[in-house]
Amino acid sequence: MTSPATRAAPLARRRSGRLLAGVAGGVADHLGIDVLWVRVAFVVLAAANGAGVIAYGLLWVFVRQEAADVTRQVSVKERQQAMGLAALGLGIGLAGAALQNQVVGWIVGPLGVAALGAAVVWREADEAQRRRWTSGARSGFLGGGRMALLRVGAGGVFVAAGITVFLLGNLDLGQLQFGVLAVLATLVGVAVLTVPWWVRLARDFGEERRQRIVTAERAEIAAHLHDSVLQTLALIQKQSHDPREVQRLARGQERELRNWLYGPSGYGRGGRPAPPGETLASALQAAAAEVEDTYAITVNPVIVGDHPLGDTDGDLRALVLAAREAMVNAAKHAGVDEVSVYAEVETGADEEEDPVRTEVHVFVRDRGKGFDPDAVPEDRHGLADSVHGRMGRHGGKVRLRSTPGEGTEVHLEMTIEAQREDA
Amino acid sequence: MSEPAVTEPTTGPITVFLVDDHGLFRAGVRAELERGAAGDPPIEVAGEAGSVDEAVAGIGHLKPEVVLLDVHMPDGGGAAVLARVRPVQPEVVFLALSVSDAAEDVIAVIRAGARGYVTKTISARELGDAVRRVRAGDAVFSPRLAGFVLDAFSDRPGAAPAVDPELDLLTRRERDVLRLLARGYAYKEIAGELFISVKTVETHVSSVLRKTQLSNRYELSRWASDRRLV
Repeated sequence: MTSPATRAAPLARRRSGRLLAGVAGGVADHLGIDVLWVRVAFVVLAAANGAGVIAYGLLWVFVRQEAADVTRQVSVKERQQAMGLAALGLGIGLAGAALQNQVVGWIVGPLGVAALGAAVVWREADEAQRRRWTSGARSGFLGGGRMALLRVGAGGVFVAAGITVFLLGNLDLGQLQFGVLAVLATLVGVAVLTVPWWVRLARDFGEERRQRIVTAERAEIAAHLHDSVLQTLALIQKQSHDPREVQRLARGQERELRNWLYGPSGYGRGGRPAPPGETLASALQAAAAEVEDTYAITVNPVIVGDHPLGDTDGDLRALVLAAREAMVNAAKHAGVDEVSVYAEVETGADEEEDPVRTEVHVFVRDRGKGFDPDAVPEDRHGLADSVHGRMGRHGGKVRLRSTPGEGTEVHLEMTIEAQREDA
Repeated sequence: MSEPAVTEPTTGPITVFLVDDHGLFRAGVRAELERGAAGDPPIEVAGEAGSVDEAVAGIGHLKPEVVLLDVHMPDGGGAAVLARVRPVQPEVVFLALSVSDAAEDVIAVIRAGARGYVTKTISARELGDAVRRVRAGDAVFSPRLAGFVLDAFSDRPGAAPAVDPELDLLTRRERDVLRLLARGYAYKEIAGELFISVKTVETHVSSVLRKTQLSNRYELSRWASDRRLV
C-alpha cells in the first residue's frame, strides 16, 4: 500500500475491509502502519475520559470516504480482533464515564442509545454515498431499498427514544425548563441525524466550485489558443510562399505567447497583477517588438534593472525613442536578421547621496555590414538627427562603434537625478 | 563542486545524448548536430530519450560526454534528470536547452548543476559550439542568462547584505565579462575588448557559474524555488 517511494496517502476512510466506518483503516493507510495498532490506540484513548470514542466519531464525520473502490481481503481473525477491540473500546469508554458520577446517567443511559442510533444512520449514509458513486447516479440522500430504509428508521427511533428517555429522566424540572429542554433536545436530535447530509452538501458545493474554476480556465486557454495561435498558423499557411512574412508572423506569435506564459502578469505566474504603470523595461521591450514586427527581424532585448517611466520623464522617453531609432537603423541597413539590445539601469547604492543618481546604458548591436562613421552620406539623417540630436537635447551621450564588415554598436548613456522620496 | 576541467584532446567525435519529450525536436537537433559545419570537430548523437526514466537509463548505459537537456518535461523535467544522474555520473556535463527563457527556469537548472543554458532558437552552429565548450569544461551563458545573473548579483539599495563575500559578490572583472556577454559578444570579442586572453574570459565565466550555483543570494534562491526545484 505505502512503499517508501510514494507519498503517504491522504487521510480517507476505507470503503471496504472496514468494521464500522473505516476510520481506523484510513488512519492506518495514511500513516503507513498496521490497522491493528490504530485500533489499539483508539481503545487506549477511550480510557482517557472516552477521548478515543469521541475522536472516532469526529473523524467519522469530518474525514471523507476514499473515492476509489479498492477491494481488501480481511481475514476472519482480523475481523474478530476488530470487533473485540471495538467492544472493548466502547466498554472502557462507558466504564470510564461511569466512574465519574456526574455524567454516568447521561452516557450509559439514554444518550448512549441515542448515539447508537446516530451511528446506524450515519453508516447508512456512507452506504448511500457509496452506491451513488458506483452507480454514478445522483439518487437521493437514501435509496437502496427497503432494508436501508428500515435501518435508517430504526436509527431514527433509537435517537428519538434516547432523547425522550433522557427528557423523562429530568421530569423533576419546572414546566418552563422542561419545555426549553425538550425543544433543544429535539433540535440536537435532528442535527445529529442529518450530519452526513450537511457534510455532503458542503462537500458537493466545494466540488462544484472547483469544477467551475477548472472549466473557466479551460475556456480561457482555448479562447487564447484560438484567438492567437490558430489564427497565426492559418496566416502562416496562406503566406507560405513568403519566408519573410512567415518569419515575422511566427516571431510575433512567439513573443505574444511567451508574454502570456512568462510575462509579469502572465498565465504561468498564476495571473499575478502586473506592476503598475509603464517602466523603462516595458517601454524598451515594446519598442523592440515594434521593430521586429515592422522589419521582420529578431530583436533580443536583455534588460537588467528597471526604472519607472512616468509621463513627465521626458529624458527617459527620449532615450527609448533613440534606442528604437538605433534598432530601426540596424534593421534597415545592417543586412542581418538579428539585433541584440542590452539595457542596464544602475541606481546609486550610496544611501547618503542626494539626489539619487541613476545611470542608464543602452547598447544596440548588430553583426551586419557596418560602416565608416566618418563617411556617412549626407542624405542619411537617421543616426545624426534621431539619435545624436535627441540624446544631445536631453543631456545624454551617444557613442558609436562601427567597423565595416563586423557590425555596429550604438551605446546610449543617460544619467538622471531624482530626489530621494523618503528623505 | 568539483571542477571537471578535463580538457585533454579527445580522439573521435564528442558523444551527445538528447533528452526532450518532443520526438520531432530531437530529430531536428540530431540532424543539425551530425551535419555540423565544415572544419568543426564532429559531434555524434549517441542516443536520445523522451522521458526522465529513459534518460537516466540511457545516460547510465551509453555514458555520453554531453547531455542536451530539455527543461520542461512531464514527470519532473530536466532538474529531475540532473538530480538522479549527477550523484552517480559526475563526469557527464549537462547543457540545458529550452524554449522558455523565464528566470525561474534558467536559474533553476543552472543551480541543479547544468553547465550552460541555451534557448531552442539557437542556430545549429552556435549549438555545436556550445556543446564543444561545455565538453571542454567551460560554461555557456546566453545573453539572457548573463542578464539574469547580473540582475541577481546587483547591489540595489535595500538589498540584503552579502553573507559570504566569496560567493555572494561578483568581482569587477566578472561583471565586465557578464555585461559584454549580455550585449551579445562572443568570447573572442570579449577578450579583445577587455585586453585579456580567451582563456581568462573562460575562467571568469566558470567562476560566475560556480557562484550562481552555490551562492545563497535571495534572488537566486527565490527564482529557483519559484519552480520548486531547489
